[in-house]
Parts: sequence; structure tokens; C-alpha cells
Amino acid sequence: MGKHLIEFKNVCKTFDDTEVLKNINLHIDENEFLTLLGPSGCGKSTLLRIIAGFEEPTSGSVCFEGADLCGVPAYERKVNTVFQRYALFPHLDVYDNIAFGLHIKKLGSKEIDSKVRRVLELVNLKGFERRTIGSLSGGQQQRIAIARAIVNEPKVLLLDEPLAALDLKLRQGMQLELKNMQRELGITFVYVTHDQEEALTMSDTIVVMKEGTIQQIGKPTDIYNEPKNAYVADFIGESNIISGIMKHDCLVNIMDTDLECVDTGFAPDESVDVVIRPEDIYILDPDKGKITGVVESVTFKGVHYEMVIDSNGFKWLVHDTAKYEVGSDVSLLVKPFDIHIMKKS
Amino acid sequence: MFKKTLSYPHLVWMVLFVIAPMFLIFLYAFTVTDDGGTLSFTLENFAKFFEPMYIKILFNSVWIAFLSVVFCIILGYPAAKIIADRDRRRIAMGKKATGLLMLFVMPMWMNVMLRLYAWLTILQPDGVLNSFLSLLGLPKLDIMYTQTAVVLGTVYDFIPFMIMPIYSVLIKIDDSVIEAAQDLGANKTRVFWKVILPLSMPGVVSGITMVFLPALTSFYISDFFSGGQFMLIGNLIEKNFKNPVGRNFGSALSIILMIFAFLSMHVMKIFNKSNRQMDMY
Ligand SMILES: Nc1ncnc2c1ncn2[C@@H]1O[C@H](COP(=O)(O)OP(=O)(O)OP(=O)(O)O)[C@@H](O)[C@H]1O
Ligand SMILES: [Mg+2]
Repeated sequence: MGKHLIEFKNVCKTFDDTEVLKNINLHIDENEFLTLLGPSGCGKSTLLRIIAGFEEPTSGSVCFEGADLCGVPAYERKVNTVFQRYALFPHLDVYDNIAFGLHIKKLGSKEIDSKVRRVLELVNLKGFERRTIGSLSGGQQQRIAIARAIVNEPKVLLLDEPLAALDLKLRQGMQLELKNMQRELGITFVYVTHDQEEALTMSDTIVVMKEGTIQQIGKPTDIYNEPKNAYVADFIGESNIISGIMKHDCLVNIMDTDLECVDTGFAPDESVDVVIRPEDIYILDPDKGKITGVVESVTFKGVHYEMVIDSNGFKWLVHDTAKYEVGSDVSLLVKPFDIHIMKKS
Repeated sequence: MFKKTLSYPHLVWMVLFVIAPMFLIFLYAFTVTDDGGTLSFTLENFAKFFEPMYIKILFNSVWIAFLSVVFCIILGYPAAKIIADRDRRRIAMGKKATGLLMLFVMPMWMNVMLRLYAWLTILQPDGVLNSFLSLLGLPKLDIMYTQTAVVLGTVYDFIPFMIMPIYSVLIKIDDSVIEAAQDLGANKTRVFWKVILPLSMPGVVSGITMVFLPALTSFYISDFFSGGQFMLIGNLIEKNFKNPVGRNFGSALSIILMIFAFLSMHVMKIFNKSNRQMDMY
């Protein structure tokens, strides 16, 4: 990866008396697709707005290409934003909305024309030039908002849940489109979402946030396979999270059952969180596995069945392509490297 | 059925206060009463208006109303903008609006004549204004009983009607739209000319209609500020109605003014239509 394009150093942000961002350290590289992932209210938009220049950090600094951004007004920053609530200009039609930034840069009308048309094609809204904003559907407005930002070919594009209003099919299409645009145009994307699937498909780097703090930064595969704590594991996909005790290296005890694992470096008898993905659990006949239980419910999910298995009060979530009848006795097997041990947070 | 009965008071109100007076005005406008007391149809009340003297009075009235509107915009827009900006900032922080707008609205609750007399003490030859000017060693201004005074009085009296609609449009503009403009490279000046001003045009337009029409028809202001030497169309109508033989001509004048008001509203509507997209906002 290239040099650091944006760098957050010990950034805190306080509104009135509430700390919205707590000591954020983060760097974003050139041409990187970085996703901020976290539940509603965790400070994703605030972080984005600090990059865009609509909020100043309460303390700490943000550097852009090595220069401190402090005091640089939003209109002088080389970033463009796709706003969470579109924020299109209601008094301008689609064409003039998209051309807004180009007009301000005083480009010639021919150049503006060709750029606007190209970007309209990119977002699949050819022929919408003279439509008014009020006459567009939510999804169309969102695509115009993307077009309006991307047409300026900024160094960094900030996207605040840009696909939230689209239906599944269109969203998946746009995810691909955005990813392609990012690669082709060589723009750095800082992308906000609370949809972990979207984050996993699109990103080079995922930043998982919780209540104003960063929980983990890493590649999608790393975050999925090696979540740092139970919170990340839970947020990044469906998981079974259960308390356990680390007997010694490579042996963990859950529900009075000793299980082999591959984790080391814990104190003897340290209490830990054990995370197991639903697709890593195998269902066997009652006497074959170490953990026994009763099938409580079965739901068809398309590719697999989602089953809840009650084992002495703990409900295991299990994905399997085979179906077991409700009420039947089963046992569960997990391979050692599919057991993820995490320090209690 | 129930709904229908409820609307009867409304009907009575309409007949009593709208239809009956209108009917009388139309009746007077198209008739003359001869010595014997019989009515006869005529258009001469309207013909009379087309004498140069009366045309000039209408022209003068329009001119003064126009000047008043222009000054109301020049003074009222910045006032509305300043108050709205402060209130927006406070509302964004979760606080209440400043209530500065009330400062502009409050004088309207005071008696008109009282307010106008206050101006007299300011504008008269040895009034507050001239004392102040002479204190600074500047020459005296003799504004009272001139056209300037009439415009000043009209602007003073009607400026709340310009400030309020502009304020209420400005306060509603979405912050994120302004941020979007900044994000796309627009500095403060650009944001104003390219986003805020166009978005507030509906407020300006309704301000114009709310000032222009009353300014055109008012008579007490010009009466007071010109000492009665300045005849505007409102005064002319008033004078004619005070005199029993004049009410036919007065009614005709009222109708002409009404047509004129209608036309100017229509022009504003067409103007507003070119900003149609804003209505959707
Ligand atoms: N201008 C403000 N004044 C006061 N509090 C604010 C302000 N802006 C944001 N907050 C608070 O900061 C917290 C984080 O807000 P933020 O918009 O960054 O969340 P988010 O992660 O983008 O959530 P969502 O996914 O719902 O958009 C919230 O609790 C919010 O109420
Ligand atoms: Mg947000």
C-alpha cells in the first residue's frame, strides 16, 4: 500500500458533555477502500464529518497528505461526500445538481456536459438530466447523490451509508459498481455502513467501532476469522458466544465439557469468551459428539437450514445443509481450529 | 348532514361580509342615481377614471408601492437572514429560537396612529432626526410631508410582512444542503448566491405580495406622512366614499384597483412558477 493519505492521531470529539469519539487512531492509505462498521450511534458519521470538515475534533489532530487539516474549511478540502440523507439541491434539476461542483471549479460547459453524461451512465440514470429532485424515488436520489460527488473526481470519497435506501438487488449491483469505480478511478473510499455483509464484500480494510472507540482494524478475512473480541465476532456475523475457562494452553472448558482448541497464551483457569460460528458446528448422532442437545427449531434459509439446538439451556445456532427434525436428540462437534478464544472485554 | 349544518355560520359570514359589500360596490360602480333617486346603468364612473389626473394618481401609487417593496426587500432580507442564522445555530444545538423575530412583529400590536405619531416626532423639522444631524454638524433634512416620508412610513409599517415569510423559509432550509454545497467547493458567498437565495425565493415572493398590495391600497400612511397633500389611489377612494355623491366613482375605482391587484398577483404567480421546483421542497 502507498503512503498514509489521512491520519487520525488521538482524536476525541465531545458534543456538549457526551464523548462521541474516544481517542481514535487510524490511518487511511491511498486507493484504499476503508469501511467504518458499527451499530447506530457509534460515531461513524461524526468521524466522516471530521474528515469532510463539518466538525472539528475536540482534541487530537487529523492530517491529510501530511498536513494538519485543523482550520481548513470544508470547501477547500480535496474530499467529496455522499450524504446519509442525500442532501440534493431541491431547486436544481438532476443535471444541475451533478454539475454544481464542476460549475464552481469553472470548467467549460462542454467539459461539464460530457462529465455529467458519463457519470449519469455510471449510476444507470441516463435520460434523467432534466428531472426534478422531487420526482425521483429514494434509490434514484441516492444514486444522484453518488454521481454528484464522484463527478468531481476527488482524492477521497466519503460515503455515509450510500446504499441504505436501495432494495437488495439494486444494492448488490451498486456495491459492485462502487467497487469498480473505486478501482478504475483510483479514488480512496471511506465508506460507512452498519451492514456487515456489505463491509465484508467491498472493503480492503474494515474498522469495527463501538460507542466511539475502535474495536478492531483489519482485512475482511482477518476480521471474520480472527475477531479480536466477542463484540467484533458478534457484530461481524452470527456467532455462538459462550463463557468458558481456559484450563491450559489448547484446552478450554465450556459447559463442563473440555474441548481441544489451538489458542495459547492465557493464564491457567482464566475465564474467556468462546466464539464459534454457526457454520463451523457439525451435527452428529447423539452419542458421537461431546456436547448433546435437542433440536428446538429449524428454519429454511435457502442454501442451508438454520437450527437452534438447546443444550442444558444454552441455545446453539447451527447452519447445516442437512435437516434434523425438531425434538430429535443430537450431539455437536467443533473442530479445534474453529474454536475462537477471546479475552473477556 | 352534520357537516353541512356546521357550515351555515360560515355561509352567513360570507354573505354578510364578502358577498353583500361586493354586490354593493358593483352596483354603485355601474350605476348613477339621478335627482329623483332612480338608478340607471352607466359606464361613466369607469370612463371618468381615464382622465390624466387619475391615471397619474394610480401611477404614483404603484410607484410608491414599488419603491416600498424594494426597500422592504433590501432591509428585510438581511434582517430575516441574520435572525434565521442565529436561530438555526441555536436550534441545531437543541436550544430554543432567539425570539428576535418577535422584536419585529411586536410593533404591529401597537396602535397604528400611535406608531405614526412617533415618526412625526422623529421627522418633523425640529424633531429627533434633525437635532441629531445638527449635533453632528450636518445640514438639516426636511423629510416630513414629502414622498420620501410616505415611502419611509410604508416601509416601516409593512416590513414585518416581508421579514416573516423570508424568515420562515430560511429557517426551514436543511443544514445538510448547505453542507453539500460547501462540500462541493462553495465558499460562504457562493453558498448564499447558489443555494440559500434561490431556496428562499418563495419567501421573497410571498413577502412581495404581502407588502405590495396593502401598500398600494393603504391611505392612512400617505395621509399622515404627506399631510394630505399627496393623493394616492387609496386616498382618492377614501375621499370619494366620504362624500355621498362620490361613492359611485369610489366603487369604480375600487374595482379598477381590484383588477390591478389581481393582475399583479397573477404576474407574481407566473414568476413563481419559473421557480416551481422550490415548491416541492
Ligand atoms: N451535532 C450533534 N450534537 C450533539 N450530539 C450529536 C451531534 N451529532 C451527533 N451526535 C451524537 O453523537 C453520536 C454519534 O452520532 P453519529 O451520527 O456519528 O452516529 P452514526 O454512527 O453515524 O449512527 P447512524 O448509523 O445511526 O448514522 C450519537 O449519539 C449522536 O446523538
Ligand atoms: Mg450516521
